[in-house]
Amino acid sequence: MQLAAAHKSPSVRTEQIILFRCSSQVFAISSAAVQEVRSVDSLAGSPQEITEPTLPKVRHMFRRGERNLYVVNAAIHFGLRPSPSALLFLLRKSRAALLIDGIEKMTTMTRLQALPAAFCHEERLWYRGLTVLDQTVVPVVSPSGFLTAEELFLLDTVAARLAVPESSPTTEVGLGL
Amino acid sequence: MSGIENFDARSCVLLRLGERRFALTAEHIAELVAPSRVFRFAHRTPEIDGVILRRGRVVPVCDVAERLTGKKLTYRRFYLIATRRSGATLDWVALPVSGECELITADLTPAGASDSPHVLAWISHDGEVIEVLNLDALAPNSAQTALAQNSSQPEAHA
Repeated sequence: MQLAAAHKSPSVRTEQIILFRCSSQVFAISSAAVQEVRSVDSLAGSPQEITEPTLPKVRHMFRRGERNLYVVNAAIHFGLRPSPSALLFLLRKSRAALLIDGIEKMTTMTRLQALPAAFCHEERLWYRGLTVLDQTVVPVVSPSGFLTAEELFLLDTVAARLAVPESSPTTEVGLGL
Repeated sequence: MSGIENFDARSCVLLRLGERRFALTAEHIAELVAPSRVFRFAHRTPEIDGVILRRGRVVPVCDVAERLTGKKLTYRRFYLIATRRSGATLDWVALPVSGECELITADLTPAGASDSPHVLAWISHDGEVIEVLNLDALAPNSAQTALAQNSSQPEAHA
């Protein structure tokens, strides 16, 4: 499924978001940040295992064009109980692909509240802020928060030692998750 | 939260955490509300339990009872919503309390150098000496964390 970039209305400040599930918790991501949504079973290309003990959230990578994309298990990233993942978000302008349980729905948010200052650890990188939908608070993830520059450097170093085959559209290989 | 320089009569809100009573200066109290649904999501700040919604605003819930009394609250009677300056913005924090709160006026005795950082001052009320809490030292604050990380000088933070 290809997602077009969200159009912003000039008069109303709204943002189209995707609510997704990860280990029974619901998160939101801007639909503009998601380039493709793939089933883990139908991912074109050849996911390759990658092991970096300090980054257990990344266990697979694949090659797209000139770049390595790293598959981030969202449950492990957020410190949640790992759960069977069904979908993969390929993120726009990012080298992270996000492994999630499923999509709840697409909707629109009208207000993004800053994360309260009392939250003062990694969550400040994880989230753009919080939004309220149907009297429920939903964290809005930051697409750039899944892999830091240091983590990407580390993964690139590990990947350089591996022979990564070029992505082939005729090859349909699952992530085996 | 402003420091206490001298003996000073101030309005304070007494709050109960289990068997003990504490106080906060009234100027830092926004309101007292009945417990409502706590929304929890993934984060790494252990002092924060979750967030509540109050008048459309997302307010973090910070249970300070364990830190102050050694025991978690088994019963939440109210949330005392306190405010503090965080950079240019006013930050709200909901403190669960286990009993009624009371507004009093009392003379504040400044905290001494040997007092814990969470003690802003002391008051005497009903034959009891009560700690006036320094919210900045009790509830985490990303502005302070950033300052501490950027500072080359070692700095004590709660």
